[in-house]
Amino acid sequence: MLRALLLLVSVVAIAHAELCKPDAQNAFKVRISIKTALGDNAYAWDANEEYLFRAMVAFAMRRYSSKSTTQISNVLLCNVTDRVSFWFVVTDSSKNVTTVPGSEVEAAIRMNRNRINNAFLLSDKTLQFLKITSTLSPPVEPSTPVWIIVFGVVLCLIVAGIVFLIVSGIQKHKKKNKESTERENLEEKVEVTLENGIPCEALDLKAGHINGVFAAEDERFTSL
Amino acid sequence: MEKSRPLWDNPLQFVFACISYAVGLGNVWRFPYLCQMYGGGGFLIPYLIMLIAEGMPLLYLELAVGQRMRQGSIGAWKIISPYLCGVGVASVVVSFFLSMYYNVINAWAFWYLFHSFQDPLPWATCPLNSNRTGYEEECEKTSSTQYFWYRQTLNIAPSLEASGSVQWEQALCLTLAWLVVYLCILRGTASTGKVVYVTASLPYCVLIIYLIRGLTLHGAVNGLVYMFTPKLEQLSNPKTWISAATQIFFSLGLGFGSLIAFASYNEPSNNCQRHAVIVSLINSTTSIFASIVTFSIYGFKATFNYESCINKVILLLLNAFDLEEGSLTADNLNEMKDHLMATYPQEYAQLMPQIKNCSLEAELDTAVQGTGLAFIVYSEAIKNMEVPQLYSVLYFFMLLMLGIGSMLGNTAAILTPLTDSRVIASRFPKEVISGVVCFMNCIIGLIFTMEAGNYWFDIFNDYAATLSLLLIVLVETIAVCYIYGIRRFEKDLYTMIGCKPNWYWKIMWAFVSPLLIISLFIFYLTDYILTGTLQYQAWDATQVNVLGLGFFSVLNLSSCKDTSFFPNYTVPQSGLLEVRSWNQGHPLILWKGKPGKT
Repeated sequence: MLRALLLLVSVVAIAHAELCKPDAQNAFKVRISIKTALGDNAYAWDANEEYLFRAMVAFAMRRYSSKSTTQISNVLLCNVTDRVSFWFVVTDSSKNVTTVPGSEVEAAIRMNRNRINNAFLLSDKTLQFLKITSTLSPPVEPSTPVWIIVFGVVLCLIVAGIVFLIVSGIQKHKKKNKESTERENLEEKVEVTLENGIPCEALDLKAGHINGVFAAEDERFTSL
Repeated sequence: MEKSRPLWDNPLQFVFACISYAVGLGNVWRFPYLCQMYGGGGFLIPYLIMLIAEGMPLLYLELAVGQRMRQGSIGAWKIISPYLCGVGVASVVVSFFLSMYYNVINAWAFWYLFHSFQDPLPWATCPLNSNRTGYEEECEKTSSTQYFWYRQTLNIAPSLEASGSVQWEQALCLTLAWLVVYLCILRGTASTGKVVYVTASLPYCVLIIYLIRGLTLHGAVNGLVYMFTPKLEQLSNPKTWISAATQIFFSLGLGFGSLIAFASYNEPSNNCQRHAVIVSLINSTTSIFASIVTFSIYGFKATFNYESCINKVILLLLNAFDLEEGSLTADNLNEMKDHLMATYPQEYAQLMPQIKNCSLEAELDTAVQGTGLAFIVYSEAIKNMEVPQLYSVLYFFMLLMLGIGSMLGNTAAILTPLTDSRVIASRFPKEVISGVVCFMNCIIGLIFTMEAGNYWFDIFNDYAATLSLLLIVLVETIAVCYIYGIRRFEKDLYTMIGCKPNWYWKIMWAFVSPLLIISLFIFYLTDYILTGTLQYQAWDATQVNVLGLGFFSVLNLSSCKDTSFFPNYTVPQSGLLEVRSWNQGHPLILWKGKPGKT
């Protein structure tokens, strides 16, 4: 009886060893970088963490295939290294000593990747399933690209500035033209005495008018 | 009644205009490169000698001519001698060529500036590929900053003849750049005079901020030590002296007619001798200052890349040999590598091709100049700083100010002769002439926004102005000294300023500067003739890069550009850039993607 039991256990162990080894069929390698992710808050990888991992994989399988037959004991881990990295397979509970096809496992893990990551406080980069590519989230893009908004604002400011300068230039030009035509009309109507092209009314005859050019030249004359 | 010539409101506006024009992108992206290539701190010796021998005298000459003749370049040279108005026309044509392609740089600066208002910066990460399993292939092979520049900004074509279509985003930015320039020159000196207060002083504010930020970055000291260690043996290399002379010459913007135009709006009694000395000293000091900033940024980038490289090697070894995390660090890496090589010789040999030899020296050695430095290297450094958006906005705004300042000078060089000529000025107001010039330049500039536009830009940048300017300035110097007569010129200066130029100026004008320019001219002509088939670098997006050297190799490719203005690509290595030759418009494919020499 004892011998039979021993034989059964060894058969199971060998079968497990057969099923879970590096590069076995339907086996996946996992690489975990806890210190990189958590720094000083890093936890140690021990048997409890392994149990949690097996539980998460079993959970993923259950959620994916919706049949609650996968047990934690169906998930086998082997070759745990210091890195921390290891291989795992998922055995089929209905048929003994066979493994669930890799594609199913892959799909299940993909679907629940977020949950698995969060259970270990890790991310896609620090909890790597080597053959399973992760779906990267695209960056958040607003509906209108930001640069067009800024471009529009700057463009409006510049165009407003140009229009303002042009319009004020035209107004100044018109005012100058109007002044010169007014002056001509004025000269035609009344015979106005002119002094150097300037009508005498414009000159302030009482206060006098200092001509800057000649005033400066006073200094050029030698004093008597 | 004759309309009096518009004047600068005060001499400070004139000085600022000259500084704004002279201090341009070349001070930021070419001088640090030359410093690195030609002996670090030792390069300052030929640089300062050339400043005294040709920079200051020629600048004073042009300013004095403009201030005395009070006309744009065509009118001024016509007064000097009626047979010489061709010199003025040549200046206007060269300025026209320059303004055609130069504003594209401002368009690129606008593009980057507008994209700096996002988190994260768009050049910080690669975009995802179509099935979202990884990053875009082209981006993986090089780096996110290069991908952003070559693919998302330029959308560069694989060769010159594959012109592609006009990129509407770049076309919009170019239109905006021309509108900004139009706004600044609309009213002539009245508007330009106000704008130059901003365009001259703002770059210095940003440079000081960057100096403080740069010096406090991790690894900046490596860059500074590397740059300032003088390698005096480079002084015996004639190329050092030629590069110094060339840099002084082109950095001051002589020969375009802009300085003559600016000086023509001066009061006749303005002391242009003092201003010439001030402007040339400020220009050179800015170059040195900018290279301190650039080298601290280089040091930071090189240290960052070196440490990333080391971390990648560590990760590779940890994963391959399943070692415990933290057992390999940067300090024990070399001993551990030897240990692993001894313990697992076979696996190690398999890994060997992937293990890079990380070297800080090699990272610092990658000398880059031109648009590569401004838009790739700097944005790479910025994305790794804290609050990158702020630094990015500041930096590209500074580039914009530098570029617009230079554009103001260029357009002044074209517009002043046009507004001086009575034929045109009597029929059309100043605003219309400026508008037409800006519009024509904008339309022609759309060539540079096409997919092959960057290649056209390189051609224009290298060939549009170089030889012509040397010839123009040579003829100018000889005309003033020997045709107009140096005694007559002396008298004119005495009338304007009140003191005669001393023997230093006269010797430089009459002998030293013309000799220097003649020797530069002969050198470039022979270099041009000896080069034979001209080549340009092209971006090949389809090449499979076996060695995966990525950013490092692409930088090496752009660093193998020679110092002269004539491209002389020597040893291309593998990467996405391939070399093609351009022989009278019939491009031939010389080399495609193999590591090694052409």
